[in-house]
Amino acid sequence: MNDKSKIEKPVNVLIVGVGGQGVIMVSKVLALLCQTHGFEVKQSEVHGMAKRGGGVFSHIRFGPKVWSPTIPKGKADILLALEWAEAMRWLDHLKPGGTFIADTQRIVPPFACRNRKRGAERNYSRETPAEIIDKVKNGYALDAEGMAMTLGNRRVANTILLGVLSTALDFSPESWQAVIEKFVPPHTIETNAQAFQEGRSWTANAVKPLPVVSEAPSAESIDITTELTINTVWCKGCDICVKMCPERCLALNEDQEAVLIHPDKCTGCRICEWLCPDYAIKLHKRPNSQTEGTGAGV
Amino acid sequence: MGSQVKHEDAAKTKSRAAESNIRPLMGNEAIARGIWEAGARLAAAYPGTPSTEILENVAGYPDGEIVAQWSTNEKVAFDVAAGGSFAGVRSACVMKHVGLNVAADALMSQTYIGVNAGLVVIVCDDPGIHSSQNEQDTRIYAKLAQVPVLEPSDAQEALEFTRLAFEISEQFDTPVIVRSTTRLSHTRSAVLMGERADVPVKPFNEAPAKNVMVPAHARQRHPELFKREAALAEYFETSPLTKWEKGSKEFGVITQSVAYTYVKEVLPEASVLKLAASHPLPENALREFCASVKRVFVVEELEPIVQTALKAMGIAAEGKEWFPRDGEFSPELVLRGFEAAGIVEADEHEEVVTATPIARPPVLCSGCPHMTSYLALRAIDARVAGDIGCYTLAAIEPLNSIDTCVSMGSSIANAVGMAKAGLNERPIVATLGDSTFLHAGIPPLIDAVYNNANITVIILDNHITAMTGGQDHAGTGKTIRGTEAHRVDFEQICRATGVEWVKTIDSYDMGTMYRTFREATEHRGVSVVISNRPCVLDPVKIMGPALRVNGAECIACQSCMNLGCPSLTWSDEWHDGHHKVQIIESTCIGCTICAQVCPSNCIQPVEA
Repeated sequence: MNDKSKIEKPVNVLIVGVGGQGVIMVSKVLALLCQTHGFEVKQSEVHGMAKRGGGVFSHIRFGPKVWSPTIPKGKADILLALEWAEAMRWLDHLKPGGTFIADTQRIVPPFACRNRKRGAERNYSRETPAEIIDKVKNGYALDAEGMAMTLGNRRVANTILLGVLSTALDFSPESWQAVIEKFVPPHTIETNAQAFQEGRSWTANAVKPLPVVSEAPSAESIDITTELTINTVWCKGCDICVKMCPERCLALNEDQEAVLIHPDKCTGCRICEWLCPDYAIKLHKRPNSQTEGTGAGV
Repeated sequence: MGSQVKHEDAAKTKSRAAESNIRPLMGNEAIARGIWEAGARLAAAYPGTPSTEILENVAGYPDGEIVAQWSTNEKVAFDVAAGGSFAGVRSACVMKHVGLNVAADALMSQTYIGVNAGLVVIVCDDPGIHSSQNEQDTRIYAKLAQVPVLEPSDAQEALEFTRLAFEISEQFDTPVIVRSTTRLSHTRSAVLMGERADVPVKPFNEAPAKNVMVPAHARQRHPELFKREAALAEYFETSPLTKWEKGSKEFGVITQSVAYTYVKEVLPEASVLKLAASHPLPENALREFCASVKRVFVVEELEPIVQTALKAMGIAAEGKEWFPRDGEFSPELVLRGFEAAGIVEADEHEEVVTATPIARPPVLCSGCPHMTSYLALRAIDARVAGDIGCYTLAAIEPLNSIDTCVSMGSSIANAVGMAKAGLNERPIVATLGDSTFLHAGIPPLIDAVYNNANITVIILDNHITAMTGGQDHAGTGKTIRGTEAHRVDFEQICRATGVEWVKTIDSYDMGTMYRTFREATEHRGVSVVISNRPCVLDPVKIMGPALRVNGAECIACQSCMNLGCPSLTWSDEWHDGHHKVQIIESTCIGCTICAQVCPSNCIQPVEA
């Protein structure tokens, strides 16, 4: 692609991740690289909520002439994801046969951790990297953060991903390195150069050695029935359990006794049992099956 | 005409341009550059996504060349810029679309007055509602105010149109709106930059009949608007900015703004009439274009401004039948519209791979001082009137404790209305941030005291305009350029409005917060609590020392998870069939809120 005449249509690269991961920085590197090779470049992102841990995306289009700043669904030549669930979210933008590059690290949104209901963690992403790599044909899934830790600097994970990305575009490794150097702190230039090489050699050797991702425990393994009983004779209506219940499923009735008004919402967290000064609340738990959850979770 | 002269200049500049004059600029940076290149000496704004970076970039130019200031709200920003224009210097004000609602009062009279030196209003719309409370179309305001609205389609045009807006403003004696959209504001592309024009300061125009809008004067000025509007329409008839790109005679497309790039993307060979302004419209050019093709399509984001005008002219223009009136456009959406209209054959869309990941709504930051206020409001079972800011995120899980959110400053008066309507079985509380309080919260607070409403107001003072990325305001003690400024005293302001019950508390002290909220809501009349802690991101990013969960004692109750703190996540350990909790130490700032709510006291500082 150093020879501009080779490409007629714009090349579409979609870079996605979570706020704070460096999506914008990664896309600036690519945009500058394309620009220094004489291409017209449009880089479109949406700011505002990005800082708040939401999803961040950046569309980069380059070619002899670029009109639209955004990439339509199914038209991205390359999808580069810094986080697994974001890779899944934008997968439908990848054109059939396009290159898929994703870090397998998982950033679980806080609200998903709060749910004590069974099986919640499995909603993170039903698809495993193995399944996806099989479907997209031209795909790479790697634990860039783990690789970066091995190099001694967690922050060079993005540079490793740029190394992988560089194998899918026809710019020389030297020109990549020259641009990357402009964006990283001077004392990390060497580590970043190593990281870039690491990404490239990983790709060269990648005979789909899929990273081991621990699977979430099956729903059965943590299937427990809970039941809350309130001894109203002992309850003096102090209101502590009502105020402290995180699911707000308790209330005082007309006789100023605590009652469970939303049994369906009770997650069995035991806070009420723990805090009741009169020992009036008791939580009963019965595993429905013998095995208790021992999986590694998210 | 001004514009044509200007364009020759641009062409000359282009031929001489050194490579270094071409830079990748974001739409907002290009607009800022345009303000500076036009020789403007004054710019004022109130931050609002997607417009915020414009004034921040203006402030990147030397103070001696251009004054840049954050104003208290958009109306103030508009009036400051208008004052600059009266005083004879080119001036700009910048705001997001809903900000123009606030400034509209001033705009509707300033349009009668016109300008002395150029006056340009930059407004950024948000089709698709990426970060707003609605997606209103600023072009309707332009019609109402009878002022031109320029609509650039990329960063290069953003610079050129902004510069040109000052010329048009002076040539036609009118305020000019430059309308951007989120997509344009936040897209980076190569821009050829020019030089700063040397525009001399004009003397004050001693013309009371023009500058003082009393009924007798205003009646004289109103007909001038009609003449001006006609002259502007004529200007756009012949302006090179109205571009006719000839193509097939089967159909033609009238478009402007970013929508133009989508049309070019999907139908590069089509006949296109690209408008520089949706108001006033060049009727002759439109008629001629429409007569040259069999079918006419208008591709415009949001309201059918141009389409409706064409229909009024008796032209059967199609548009909103195929392209929606809501949401943001994309090349894909434009293509589907033309497919549905039978213009292009529906291509067979290849099967793409899809997946079903978890949703990722934005969240409050680790250690955000807003978290405690809403946890405490939940505990006192308050009816909460919310407002605009990061804290609006407390409306969703897990804090789930805001009942209404309308517009800047609405919370207090909404609460007054609820109290007056007799909604009294739960305490009525209004919550709003420091910047929002200064923007539009003071008049309703005066109203609340004057009318003796039984409400509690919680000012979430995090010492910054946080939602838009950390801008200073009158309560931070700093200007946009970082110089010292007077710092508003919130307690004093509240007392001056007549509030007798005012307390300032530490947002990180959960116990005191519960107690104070209870006390405040039991007080008859207006009470104000100022919940005081700096934002964890701006102006200084607050870091550790981190806390750690003692896994052996965690009972997996997930009480701490009710905060929605992104530093809390599941650990690999289990208790009673549930995940225990761990803290991501690299992002934990050590605010201790989770430790304060933990019933088993298992969250402790990481030992050095």
